Amino acid sequence: MRGNLAKAFQLTNLQVFRHAATPKSYTDQLGRKLFLALLTVQGLGAFALITLGVILNKFSFARSVMQPRVRHEINRAGVSLLPMFFFVALALGFLVVGQTVSALAQVGATDYLGSTMVIVIVRELGPLLTAMLVLARVGTANVIELGTARALGEVEALEALGIDPVHYLIMPRVIGMALGIFALTIYLILGALASGYLFAFLQDVPLTPGDYFKQIAEALNWLDFALLALKTMTFGFFIAIVTCYHGLAQPLRLEDVSRVAVRAVTQGVVVCVLIDAVFIVLYLVT
Amino acid sequence: MSETTSNSTILEMRGATISTLRDSTLNVVENVNWSVAPGEFWIVAGQPQSGKSDFLMTAAGLLLPTRGSCRLFGCETNSFGEAQLAERLRVGFVFAGGKLFNSLTVAENVALPLRYQKNLSDSEVADTVEKLLEIMELTPFADSTSANLAANWRQRAALARALILKPELLLLDQPLGGLGVRHRQWLLQFLEQLRLGHSWFGGQPLTIIASTDDLRSWRHPQRKFAVLDEKVFSVIGVWNEVASSASSAVKELLVEPTGAIM
Repeated sequence: MRGNLAKAFQLTNLQVFRHAATPKSYTDQLGRKLFLALLTVQGLGAFALITLGVILNKFSFARSVMQPRVRHEINRAGVSLLPMFFFVALALGFLVVGQTVSALAQVGATDYLGSTMVIVIVRELGPLLTAMLVLARVGTANVIELGTARALGEVEALEALGIDPVHYLIMPRVIGMALGIFALTIYLILGALASGYLFAFLQDVPLTPGDYFKQIAEALNWLDFALLALKTMTFGFFIAIVTCYHGLAQPLRLEDVSRVAVRAVTQGVVVCVLIDAVFIVLYLVT
Repeated sequence: MSETTSNSTILEMRGATISTLRDSTLNVVENVNWSVAPGEFWIVAGQPQSGKSDFLMTAAGLLLPTRGSCRLFGCETNSFGEAQLAERLRVGFVFAGGKLFNSLTVAENVALPLRYQKNLSDSEVADTVEKLLEIMELTPFADSTSANLAANWRQRAALARALILKPELLLLDQPLGGLGVRHRQWLLQFLEQLRLGHSWFGGQPLTIIASTDDLRSWRHPQRKFAVLDEKVFSVIGVWNEVASSASSAVKELLVEPTGAIM
């Protein structure tokens, strides 16, 4: 409980560094930045492992309290974002998919349609765009809510009641975000592909819906489904970890909350890009 | 598992040095030697910023002493973990200002510890919560969120939340801070009932430790007093010894707002 959080946060008790005098030489400044980045990575890693441990050990503890909280987070990071994702899927379909289909048709390269769509939409754009949008909509809310709770002493209040803050506050958010991003990515991909065909149809591209979806289906293999699920859930897990970590680790004062929200979003984007890079390697290897 | 000491001590600090919550390198109280027996009612007084909150949080096992030891029910707080949860729940803590969960109503705040620790649904705890809210005169505010609650009632709701699990030791950080006269009187009487044995606890006396920056309100022959001053924790004794104390720290805590000394 208290020990769990303390272990993760003592690794990155960065206040000393952040408030130290600015080094005079550029190399020293660079060194300090690098050192801070390494400490943050270490702290995030520890926090991720602790959270994973709590999820595995206490998944079914206090079900009557935790199940509604998990449902609430799934709703917040998934169901309530559906209207926005409907709009984004339409936009993505019209702007990217439709234009790509038209361009391929113009040069007579419709044979490459399936593999192009799978690489662009299913593997890359769908998951990454979903992760970014959920980070912006729900990740920021996570930092602000947890940062405010921390600043108002609610985390200590939980500990005083024998309630593990990682279990009560973090676990529902991690599960909600992992499942939310997974489900929203599927909807985004399906919506973008469907609206993309609509755009191409409106431009009189000579392609039947049957051919269009058949080509895409043929370009997909089982690994795409497995890696899509793994990738989106990894995005969700780490976005939740980064935003919750920054919400809980640093701010003890209300005025710190906005500062850490900005930092958390920046680091969230970096983490998503790094995860994406790892998955590109996986796709290339397989 | 931790070793157990004599049943006559609920809380024991030996050579304990206490740091602040915000900065574990900053010591606020040093070398505390203190024992609390069952049924005692202690008042720990000190000027603002003297480290009362950190002292109480350490006594409750929420902070660890940087040196020395702090034992609750014979269990070293350093070793408090999941396995010692049962010991942990024998201690109730009321923060200054209450620190209620803002997103929950008063009834939900009070019910949360019981629901979480016993895995019970809302309907299963409804009767217990209702009974406690009635005792605390909080029934009209049951469905109010803490943000819509006056400070007087927030403090009372926080006390109800701490009592729902029926702790054996209750620690209150500045419980009279910011309360109106009527609420002060109610709280002092209620705490006295808890010390003597309240029906909520089946008549069992409760051990209580409260912090304050004004000793005058706590005058009572059955209470014991200690003072935090200049990083030193000193046990003064019962009220007569407080009233006759020559210590300037004690006198400062007895000063009337007008400047007169009791």
